[in-house]
This record gives sequence, C-alpha cells and structure tokens, in this order.
Amino acid sequence: MERLLDRLHDGEILIADGAIGSLLIERGLISGHCPEELNLTQLGILEEIAGLYLDAGADIIQTNTFGGSPLKLAAYSLEDKASIINRNAIAAVMNAVSGRAYISASCGPSGKLLKPYGDTDSELILESFEVQMRAFAEAGCDVICIETMMDLEEMLLALSAAKKMAPGIPVMTSMTFNATPRGFFTIMGDRIEQTAHTLEDAGADIVGSNCGNGIENMIRIAREFREHTGLPILIQSNAGLPEMRDGEVFYPETPEFMALKAEELVDAGVSIIGGCCGTTPEHIRMIRSRIADWSKQE
Amino acid sequence: MELLNRISEDLQNGMDEAVVILTQEALEKNIPPIEIMNDGLVAGMNVVGRKFKDHEIFLPDVLLAARAMNRAMEVLKPLLIEDGIPTRGRIVIGSVKDDLHDIGKNLVGILLKGAGFEVIDLGNDVSAEMFISAAREQNAQVIGMSALLTTTMPVMKQVVEMAREEGLYGKVRILIGGAPVSKEYAREIGADAYGFDGANAVDTVEGFFAEGT
Repeated sequence: MERLLDRLHDGEILIADGAIGSLLIERGLISGHCPEELNLTQLGILEEIAGLYLDAGADIIQTNTFGGSPLKLAAYSLEDKASIINRNAIAAVMNAVSGRAYISASCGPSGKLLKPYGDTDSELILESFEVQMRAFAEAGCDVICIETMMDLEEMLLALSAAKKMAPGIPVMTSMTFNATPRGFFTIMGDRIEQTAHTLEDAGADIVGSNCGNGIENMIRIAREFREHTGLPILIQSNAGLPEMRDGEVFYPETPEFMALKAEELVDAGVSIIGGCCGTTPEHIRMIRSRIADWSKQE
Repeated sequence: MELLNRISEDLQNGMDEAVVILTQEALEKNIPPIEIMNDGLVAGMNVVGRKFKDHEIFLPDVLLAARAMNRAMEVLKPLLIEDGIPTRGRIVIGSVKDDLHDIGKNLVGILLKGAGFEVIDLGNDVSAEMFISAAREQNAQVIGMSALLTTTMPVMKQVVEMAREEGLYGKVRILIGGAPVSKEYAREIGADAYGFDGANAVDTVEGFFAEGT
C-alpha cells in the first residue's frame, strides 16, 4: 500500500473511522471497566469493530489503545500489562484489515496534570508514553494518533516519546478545543495558532482536532489550522454534543448531516476526516460516499 | 486596605509564596483572620472565578491561584477555628464511582473554597454509600457530584434515592454537574440543581444558602 503521507501530499482525502467505545459497550464492555482490558481477552470483538469500519469505507482504522499508557492503565492496576495490551490491539486490527487500510495507533491523555498545576512530574508522563510508543513500534502500525489532548505541554511529551521510540512512523497530533466567545481554546488555554506552530516545530506530521465539538465548529477549527500550518489536517468530529433524552445519551448529528458538512471540511483544507464520540459506521459510510462523489465532480 | 489588595492581586497571579508572606504580615498587623480571608483571599478568588467564567484566563491560572489560596488558608484556618468563625457552609464533593476524570470536580471544589465554603473532597470513584455517609458524618448541607462519562451517571440517581431512604432528602441539597449531565437529567432523577460550569455551581450553592438550606 502506498505510504499514507505520500497520498496526503498528493492531495487525496482519506477517511478515518468513528467511535469505538459505544460499539464495545454494545458488545459487553461493562461501564466503569477498562476498555483496553478487552485487548487481553476479546480480540474477536476488536477485529469485528475494525471490520465494520473497513466495510464502511474507512481508509484508516484506529486501535483500542486510547487509554493504553501505563499511567492511565494504573487506574485499573493494569500498568504492568501495558505492552501486551497495546501490541494485541494492533495485531487485532492488522488481522481484520490485512493491508486494506492503514492502522492508526491511538494514544490519549495520561489523565494527570503536569506540575506546577497538578502533581505529576513531566518525566513520569514521558516515560509512560514511551512504554506505549515502544509497543506501537514493536507491533508495527502505519501511523500514530495522539488525540483528545487538552494540554499542549502533554502533547509535546507524547510526540517526543513517539519520535524517540517509533522513529519513522508518522504522527498525527489532535487536540480538543472549546468554543468560547473569544475563540477556540483548550481547557489549558492553548490557542490553535500556537498549537499549530508548536506542533509543526516539534515534528508532527499531521495536526488537527478531535472531540469536544460538532462538525460545524470543526469546520471553523480546520480553517484556523489552515491559516497557520501547511501540514495535512486531521478532523475527527463528534456527532454533535451529547444530550440526554429519556435517560439515554443522544448525539444529534445524523450521518446525512455530517456527510453534507464533510464537504466544507475538505474546502477548509482537511486531508483526513473521521468521527469521534457519537459517530457510527453509518456516519463513516455516508461521509465516504459523499466525499467520493464530490471528488469526482471536482 | 492596601495590604489585603496586594494579597488579592498576588493570589490572582498565582504567587503562593508571596501570598503566604503577606498573610503573615497582615496577622502581625493585627488584621482579623476573617478579614484577611474575605477581603484578601476570597476577593482574589472571586476575580479569578469571574475571569475564568469569561474565558480571560484558563485552568492553569485557576490552579495556581487555588494553590496560593490553600497555602494561605493553612496559616489562617487554626486562627479562624480559634475565633469560632463559622464557614459559609459545608459541602461534600466527589466524582462518582467508576468515573476517573476529576478536573471538573477539582475546579468546582477550588471555586467553592474560594467563595468561602468548607469543601470536603471525597476524590474519585466515590460510591453512593460514601457520598451519603460523608454528608451525614460531616453534617454537610450540600452534596456535589460530578460525572464525565454517561455510563457512570446512574450513581447520581442512586445518591438521590439513598438520600430519600435515609431521610436526608430536602435537608441536604444535591448538585450535579459534568459534561454529559443536564438540567433535564437533574430534574429526572430528583437532584436539586445542575451546575453547567464551575462558576455556575458556586452561584447555585450560594443560592441554596440564600434560600436557607
């Protein structure tokens, strides 16, 4: 398969997958249990989910390793199993896609706040990410996706861990922004301009945003990224912000709506479009087909 | 007063060392501890809370200001107790069981403390039983619960039900918050209120006490 970055640089639009957690819960993940623990026992479920998104037309399939850094796994006393948890997840996706899609190894926040704001030393967070990144490199993935980060400093730690332990594997760096009347900021106060420049300087291959917003805000976020970087942009939008209806969580954006709006993401300069919370294989299928039709017209 | 203004300003800038030194200086000048707390520390935290609400400052600034507040309160607390000064009220807070994210809850705790309330933080992974027994043992007037995961929200409902069974309902007010939580959900489970952000949670708690909890 042609290299991921080459295709992006040739101007191709690639589609990534959607939410995994909700599909895991439908298949028996008990609320409050560690989603990554399934990587030790239920590889079949991981393969099945990867297959659903592959069938929906995703070019990039993520692994179930969002909370797979030892610091995060420590909450479930699974930190000693971090390496095998991450390697198994990659192996499962590899089995399911067998070369038909890129494997994107997901890495989420440590769950800790760095000193002096919190109580955790940066060395500790760096080491934790290094363990996860080493496992990614050993198992072999096509790209690493560091996502849902809300602190640029923590993102830089994860990025440097990836570059050190998995040299040669491209890294996508994706942060979560809140819409405020004064513009988009992470909870720690990082702006898009500063984020784009800092990550580009630090060697990120792809920059962007996931989670925290529906697709209309994501279009604005993408435009702002485009103003400040020439790197390929990744956007993984929520299906809107969650609402409670009759005690059930409900994400308001339909597959049709997101597919329609995906065109504006492309216009804004986005190269990789995927889904975050609330998106389903149907969302990805509709986005895929809309983008395919639209590219032909161009 | 000049000295108390400096305490407030240094606190807003997160200068914990300076705030502690100025607090000691104020005590040496025989300024009553309650005045140092209200017109220095709480006044500063109020500005921090308002700026945070208006997105002028962000989480790091709030956390540093809170650290300064906490350090100065370590100096003042024994003296306040000695003076028999009542706090504005006592609140038990925590993130519900199995919900491991606690940034929001910590922020609410910081802002409540900053507003002069006594906050008992039960931490993460707090069961319904733990909320209820802590509220009873500590004689708290409010229970504040945070959930970030939709899957853990039912614990909030359990707390409301348990408060009913234990005869605490109506005596202890219940406030809920967190990304997936809503006003509708609060109504549905019978919680007293929903705080849509940290600053709003403080306003709501102040409202409880104004009504007479």
